[in-house]
Amino acid sequence: MDISKLSLLEIVEKLRQREVTSEELVKYYIDRIEEYKDYNAVLEVFEDALDRAREMDEKIKQGFEGKLAGVPVIIKDNILYKGKKATCASRFLEDYVAQYSSTVVEKLIESGAVIIGRANMDEFAMGGSNENSAYGVCHNALDFDRVAGGSSGGSAVSVAKSLCACALGTDTGGSVRQPSSFNGLVGMKPTYGRVSRYGIVAFASSLDQVGPITKTVKDNAYLLSVISGYSKYDETSKKEEVEDYLSKIDGDIKDLKIGVCSEVKELVKGLPVEKTYFDLIERLKSQGNEIVEVSIKDLSLVMACYYIIAPAEATSNLGRFDGVKYSRREKGCQDIDEIYIKSRTSGFGKEVKRRIMLGNFVLSSGYFDAYYNKAKKVQQRLKKQTLDALASCDVLLLPTTCGEAFKIGEKIEDPISMYKEDIFTTLANITGLPALTLPCGKGENGMPLGMQFVGKEFEESKLYNLADYIERRRSEWNMI
Amino acid sequence: MEYDIVIGLEVHAELKTKSKVFCSCKNQFGSTPNSNCCPVCIGLPGALPVLNKKAVELVIKAGLCMDCEINDKAVFERKNYFYPDLAKAYQISQLVKPICVGGKIELKDKTVRLNRIHLEEDAGKLVHSSRSIGTLIDYNRGGVPLMELVTEPDISSAEEAVEFLTKLRSILVYSNVADCKMEEGGMRCDVNLSIKPKGSDVLGVRSEMKNLNSFKSVYRAIKYEAQRQIDILEQGGKIVQETRKWDDNKERSYAMRKKETSQDYRYFPDPDMLAVNISRELVSKIKDSLPELADQRFKRYVSYSLTEYESEILTRDKAYSDYFDKALSVYFEPKTIANWFLTDVMSKLKGQDEIKISPEDLALIIKSVDDKVISTKVSKEIFEKAWEEGASVEKLIKELSGNIEGEELRKIVETLVAENEKAVSDYRTTDQPEKVLRWFMGQVMKMTKGKANATQAETMILELIKE
Repeated sequence: MDISKLSLLEIVEKLRQREVTSEELVKYYIDRIEEYKDYNAVLEVFEDALDRAREMDEKIKQGFEGKLAGVPVIIKDNILYKGKKATCASRFLEDYVAQYSSTVVEKLIESGAVIIGRANMDEFAMGGSNENSAYGVCHNALDFDRVAGGSSGGSAVSVAKSLCACALGTDTGGSVRQPSSFNGLVGMKPTYGRVSRYGIVAFASSLDQVGPITKTVKDNAYLLSVISGYSKYDETSKKEEVEDYLSKIDGDIKDLKIGVCSEVKELVKGLPVEKTYFDLIERLKSQGNEIVEVSIKDLSLVMACYYIIAPAEATSNLGRFDGVKYSRREKGCQDIDEIYIKSRTSGFGKEVKRRIMLGNFVLSSGYFDAYYNKAKKVQQRLKKQTLDALASCDVLLLPTTCGEAFKIGEKIEDPISMYKEDIFTTLANITGLPALTLPCGKGENGMPLGMQFVGKEFEESKLYNLADYIERRRSEWNMI
Repeated sequence: MEYDIVIGLEVHAELKTKSKVFCSCKNQFGSTPNSNCCPVCIGLPGALPVLNKKAVELVIKAGLCMDCEINDKAVFERKNYFYPDLAKAYQISQLVKPICVGGKIELKDKTVRLNRIHLEEDAGKLVHSSRSIGTLIDYNRGGVPLMELVTEPDISSAEEAVEFLTKLRSILVYSNVADCKMEEGGMRCDVNLSIKPKGSDVLGVRSEMKNLNSFKSVYRAIKYEAQRQIDILEQGGKIVQETRKWDDNKERSYAMRKKETSQDYRYFPDPDMLAVNISRELVSKIKDSLPELADQRFKRYVSYSLTEYESEILTRDKAYSDYFDKALSVYFEPKTIANWFLTDVMSKLKGQDEIKISPEDLALIIKSVDDKVISTKVSKEIFEKAWEEGASVEKLIKELSGNIEGEELRKIVETLVAENEKAVSDYRTTDQPEKVLRWFMGQVMKMTKGKANATQAETMILELIKE
């Protein structure tokens, strides 16, 4: 049995049938993490992973039937797990140990998962290449010279390299979907509020969502059911009933109307992703699906909108890292201002500082209306336009990225071109809608290209159903 | 030249809730430092605020007591600044959409208009240690619900400011919104003050004095600041807009460092919190359950034929007024009870604030005198013993109500009943027989000069007058 070839659902089944034990799996993954440590996907393997696996094996023997009983999972380093370090890949939180567990971790553990380690990421989830980690860049699973994507690069590479059965990332502007796409995986950014943010170190609170990263669509649906749900510790989490997403996948998509935005068609012209995008439209059309032409008139403003709102919230969220209460404090400071300035200067990386400054600028008096308030108005408009577009179809089709994973070092000195990479992903965060990416083609360098479906609020199951349909025909359609 | 003083106040009061405003930690003064804390109120990464609806209701209640308009929708915003007592480096407060807008408080000679009342969280407390360990932080107060009331610049003297604060405190205490314990920091005041030539329409440049925590400080700070500004103008100088700190010991204020005053708080709506929809049903529910405030109680007491002076003292402190009302509920003789309270109770209260006799007991003593069960002299003895030794009033009344008993008493009672046939038949027909019984008791006491054993007398009377 080659564990690295197994999907999450296959692993779940083999654990249930006792064809493999949790202990064997965890040992296998720990060895692999060691074997592929050059990829720098995993920042720490938790000491108690094996103990916890043995404990789960015992429970399984006694009849425990949690959805993830004994399944080894890796979490992004900004998701709190009580008693474990959570550094957000920042020097600032180098020694920070979580004092409580996030809602998602509690749900994982309740379902029997064995959390084996924490994954590399861009510092405080700011970045799209995983080059902004204080603990070194994470390499693409398929090409060592290319970026893993970000910010959940470590989580994606952990799944792609089979260092775990599945992983969690967080997505504020595409941080689950873009690295998933770069590594040939399925990634979901759920409806805002579907998954509780309690215990997730906040980047931009109104946009952040935890999302599953998996090898297959069904795996993803399965994992999302586990982590979703309201939490009384999070006012912004939603009370809508959690669906059993996997059971909703029925292979029937014939009535599904797929929206194609004229603005997206314009934007993809000349991009490496162009062919893959139009090929998929043609394929779906030939399958009898109705393709509806829609418009999101102000789509080109989504980037500007995102890069104002997200840094504004981030600058406030990161204020608590001040050197006073926990983690980093520079030694030998004479007064409180020196503690703030020195600790933050040495604790934060370049990109984080850039966004803190950007956020302070757009919130400061005299600029607030011109930037923050205007961006909030644009957000309302984009949301309305997107919902209008979705009124005449079920899902919108967009590329996930502009092209294949780029080379390490290629864009790091050019923040604007790096930000532009997010052009297709930020819409889902700005509107709060669910969006899923799955591999639908290959670029000229043989790297995967992902396509994205954006759905209506709480209609994740439609996205899964459609993605599963495509996934099953992918080789037949010569997509991969 | 003569000047007008123009004053606006910003008053903070800690709300009387069981738990904090964004988490379930206890809202309690005086606990061991950092014992009422959780990830939310010490600002740990990943923690999120969840609004305590009770705090919103209390602010609505305060607003209704002061004729404010209650907004349909209230929004919480972040006020960003760095200070070690502020765990998250932002305070959750309200700027654009507060819970209450407008409103007023009536003083003796004028109406002070309110600008707004909003809800926010209190910060922790810095403790400057005398030893070499430096400054310590106690986050127990962090996240305690705080209402901030902002007035229009309608106040024109230190005396008026104190009158306003006294009235405000009375309203908050009577409505059970806040305890306003100044010594615990439960009520704090910022003063904005400017001066202008008498009668002028043009406002002067104002200064702000922060965190005055007693009425005396407010009074002195205003006197000092007004004079300081007048002196500057008289000497041809210019007043600069600044924040000043009042030093109570030195009785003077001084300008804070520029850095401390030119803050840009970069307010924006808190993305962790939902906007609060305040339904009209909730507002009218709170309106219907508004308690009687000091002014209303004052009017009621006057309607009981108490003097304004008596009514004023009784309502000055809610504890007094509550005590008085409780006593009335047992024995409704306002005038007598007020007399007892204002003389006997008040003279005992000098230098302490615990009333050591229950209102029910006080009422019982007074009633026993009125019923001639005990003499006035004896009643004072009972009061003294109950207050000083905590003795049982009921028992004392029985013990001291007289030593004429048994056969001797029976003869007296029999004579009395025989001579008052009409009263006996009244007793049997009236719907208030207890009044007749009380009259008989009074007669017995009169005949025995207050020396009859009341319990025995009552039993004997009842035996004879009941059919």
